[in-house]
Parts: sequence; structure tokens; C-alpha cells
Amino acid sequence: MSLLVVNNLKTYFYTLRGVVRAVDGISFYIDEGRAFGLAGESGCGKSTTALSIMGLIKDPGKIVDGEIVFEGEDLLKKTKEELNQIRWKRISMIFQGAMNAFNPVHRVGDQIVEAILYHENITREEAWEKAEKLLGMVGIDPSRAKNYPHEFSGGMKQRAIIAMALSCNPKLVIADEPTTALDVIVQKQVLDLMKELQNKLKLSIMLISHDLSVIAQMCDSIAIMYAGKIVEYADAISLFKEPQHPYSKGLINSFPNILNPGKKPESIPGQPPSLINPPSGCRFHPRCPFATDKCREVEPHLVNIGSKHYVACHLIGG
Amino acid sequence: MEISPFKEKLYLLGRSIKEFWKLYRSSKIGLIGLGILLFFVAVAMTAPIISPYDPWQRKTGEPFSGPSKEHPLGTDDMGRDILSQIIWGTRISLLVGFIASLSATIIGVTVGMISGYFGGTIDNILMGLTDIILILPTIPLMIVIAAYLGQSIWNLALVIAIVSWPSTARIVRSQTLSLKEEAFVEAARSIGAGHIRIIVSHILPNVLPIILANTVLMIVGAIISEAGLSFLGLGDPTHQSWGMILYYAQVAGGFIRGAWWWIVTPGVCITLVGVSLTFIGYALDEIINPRLRQR
Repeated sequence: MSLLVVNNLKTYFYTLRGVVRAVDGISFYIDEGRAFGLAGESGCGKSTTALSIMGLIKDPGKIVDGEIVFEGEDLLKKTKEELNQIRWKRISMIFQGAMNAFNPVHRVGDQIVEAILYHENITREEAWEKAEKLLGMVGIDPSRAKNYPHEFSGGMKQRAIIAMALSCNPKLVIADEPTTALDVIVQKQVLDLMKELQNKLKLSIMLISHDLSVIAQMCDSIAIMYAGKIVEYADAISLFKEPQHPYSKGLINSFPNILNPGKKPESIPGQPPSLINPPSGCRFHPRCPFATDKCREVEPHLVNIGSKHYVACHLIGG
Repeated sequence: MEISPFKEKLYLLGRSIKEFWKLYRSSKIGLIGLGILLFFVAVAMTAPIISPYDPWQRKTGEPFSGPSKEHPLGTDDMGRDILSQIIWGTRISLLVGFIASLSATIIGVTVGMISGYFGGTIDNILMGLTDIILILPTIPLMIVIAAYLGQSIWNLALVIAIVSWPSTARIVRSQTLSLKEEAFVEAARSIGAGHIRIIVSHILPNVLPIILANTVLMIVGAIISEAGLSFLGLGDPTHQSWGMILYYAQVAGGFIRGAWWWIVTPGVCITLVGVSLTFIGYALDEIINPRLRQR
């Protein structure tokens, strides 16, 4: 059974300029112990998806439709208190810009302790010991729990954030751009650490990134998002070997390829569309080099093209 | 753990105070300001011991006599010792100044944080109120409220607090607006912290440094306002503040008789305290705002 099933999720923002359809009917699932990657350009709805699952969508945003089923229960039907219990204890999150996820005026250890105390009935001393243990697990000297965030390096802060995310033994960790602000060497260390912890603790991970190389390294299955919709959904190997959707191809071609060093990275022309007035038909058609009249008029749906490889494109399979 | 959490907190507090002092010490005007302020605070605290006469005692010497051995700052129209009045007045002036600016800070911080954090209708209402008080002319407003409330030092402090909280509220609101979008607030929300917890434990400590300098500078305004209101006759006649001394000098003919010792001394005291607090505020500002720090 899948740990998390997201079904036809729609999260809209009701702004003064119109309704922003940030996430417009996406579906995916994450199996236990697996890593799922969500990739796409900035502003395509990746973070909104994560916040929807966490139940942290703020006004003027609203989840208007869909289901988020976690361990057989629909999170959207839960009350605030029930959500508070699930959040962090069973689903936790590593935030975008994790560098700033620690409050500069509190000690790192105290902030992890705070997270533990909200969800577990233990004394402050026990929680502190646990926080030290967690820091040790992510490779930070436990005595550094007494330090303030500014006394940590960027990579250490990121590790500490991971420790905080794991503080209540969650089953699913949502990592929103966990390595964006790090240099590649620290990035690799952090990703290796996440991979190691995933295996050790049997975690499921939902990794959100615009960086396909990060996703390629971590994930078993991948969904490519464009303008609030999933355009392609497949396991990692077939997606990188045989991308079908023109947008996925464009994304993959926009990264340098180590196996083909002579090839120059290509960019996708144009800009992501406004989500207030998205293009008719296929949302990618204004930027798609293969667009036909049908693409401009009819919206494509995800179709299975074999071995759990789904694509939403008129040019492929139908 | 062998150290109790309380002791550890105490130790950390001590450490941060030590570090703060190290920074503060490098500011010369900050030290001068602190010196002057501490002098006046000491005078206020030891008033019963150091004042040579009872400030209300009449005929301690000839009326309108200038500075002499018995009366270093002369006497007033009823022969009361002015030095004693100044010493006791320090108490009232400082007390009103501190209480007024502290209450204004508390009101301003509360309003600013609620307004900035919750936004929407609450923000509109609170900021509307703030703006109304901000645009009303301060002195006439203070005179009207003071006259309405009656004469006592507590009312004076209240009046001054009522007109001076809006600027603090504005500063705190703008800080809160940017702080509430920080990742750590989002993180606190996701681990299940409530609104009050986020405001008190995550946002407040981050605005405190800015409030601190602001509060110190506000004391200056409060002391001057108190002197002004008292001079206009809206002060508390049962207490002698520096402003009240000036008021009596005015109504009892001190100005006409040329009793300069009666007029100049309270003025100098007000100026000195004002300058010292401004110096302290400036030094604090320099520490809090590293861009102003000299390298």
C-alpha cells in the first residue's frame, strides 16, 4: 500500500488580480521507504504542493478539491488539532531556504527540543538528550546543541534542520529545495546523509527541486510539473533515459550531460505562463516547438504509455 | 546533565551581557551618557540622605537669596532651599519619564505586533487608530487630556504614554511584517506552535533590540513633555519635579526678580539628562545597527 496518495489536488490562491491556479489537479503516490521527486521550474506549484500536504496553506490560498490520503486517512478531512498531531510526528518537512529555518535568537538545541516537546510527552531534559542524539546522527558534535544558529556553517545548519525534521520519527519527510543554498560539495554530503538516513530509518522522502541532478541522485520515481500540472510521471531511469514530454526533454537537455560532454546545454525558450490566465489546451503549447492546433485547444490528460510511465501530451500515445 | 537549565540560562545571560558591555565600552559618548544618567539616578535614590533641607520647608533662609554657603543654589520666594527641591525633583522627573516611556513601549509593542502579525482587518483598525494619534498635534492633545484627567504624576505619565506609543507601534509593525515571513516562523508553525507562542517566543526577541534604543530615546521626550506640561500648570502640585520648579519660578516672580539660580538649574538638569539619554540611545543604536558601527 502506498504511504501517501495525492488525488486530483487543486490549490488555488484567491488574489485581487484573479484566481491563481497554483496547483491544478495533480495526482501521485509515494510508497513506503521510497523517494519521490517533484521537479519543475520556479513558480510551477512545487512548494504549494508540499505546503498543501502539510496543511500549511495560508490565506488567500485554499485547497479547493482533491484528496491527500496518508496511511489510509484523508488529511483534508482532519481538524486542526488532528493535523497538528500528524504534522511533524508522521510527516515532517525540511523547508526551502533552510538556512533561515532556525530563529537566530534561540539555541539550536532549544529549537529542536521545542519541536519534540510539542509532540511527545517527555521532560525537557529527556528532549534535550534526544536532540543531542539527533545531532550526532546527522554528523554534528552533540555539544554544539548549545550553539546559536550563527555559530553553525551553512552545511551544519542544513544537517541540523534534517535532525529537527527527524525529531519525532516521521514516516514521510518532505524536503523542499533542501540543498539550494549549498555549494556542490556540501550538497553531495547532505544528499548522501539523507540517502543514508532514508535507508536506516525506512523513511519515505518527497524531494522537491528544480535541480534535476539532485533528483536523479535521490529519487526512485519522478514527476515533472509544469504550470500547476504534472506533465510526466515515471520511474527515475526511464524518465532520464526516455523522456517523452517536450518539456521534460527540454528540462533534461538544459543540464550538462557527463556522458555526452560535447553537447551544449539548451534552454527552453519563453517563460512560465501566468497561472491566473493559463494558456488554453496544453499549458506548454506557447513554448513547445511541436505544438499543433489540437495542443492549442484540447487539454491533454496523463496517459499510461507502459510500465507506469505517464505522459500528458497529444503527440505521444494519443 | 550536571548543570541545571536555570543556571545555564543565567550563565548565558551573563555571557551576553558581558559581550554587550564589551561593545558598549568602545563608544565614548555612550559612556559619558551612562555616567551622567547614573549620577542623576544616584541622586534620585539617595534624595532623603543628601538633600540638606526639606524641600517644602519655608524660611530656611532669606527669600530670593542667591547661591551661598547655606544654600548652594539659593532660595525661592518663600525661602525654600532650591538644591533640595532639585534633588527631590530628580526623583519625580526620572520616574515619570521612565514610567511613561515604558508604558508607551508596552502599548506600542503589543499593538505593533498584533497588527503586523495578524494583518487584515485587525491591522487596518489598529493602524487607523495609530495614524489618528500620530497626526494629532501632540502638545495640545496632551494639554487637553491632562486637564481632563486631573493633576497627578500618574496621570502625567499616562498622558505622555498615550501620545507617544504610535511611533513604536509603527516600527514594531514593520519589523513584524518582515519577520513573520521568515522561514523560522513557518517552521515553528509547522511543528505546531500557536500564534501566541510564535509572537512571544519567535518574533518578540527579534524586535527587542530595536525597541530598546527606541525606548531610551523616548524617555528624553517623556521627561521634556513632563517638564512642559508642569510648566504650563498641568503638573502635580503635591510633587516637585523639575518642571514644577520652573512653574513656581514663573508664577512667584522668579523670572521678574532675576532669580537666575531658580530658573537655570532645573533647565540644566533637564538638558543634561536629555543629552545623556540621547548619547546612550545613540550608542545602543550603533551596537544594534552594525552599519553605523565605526571600523
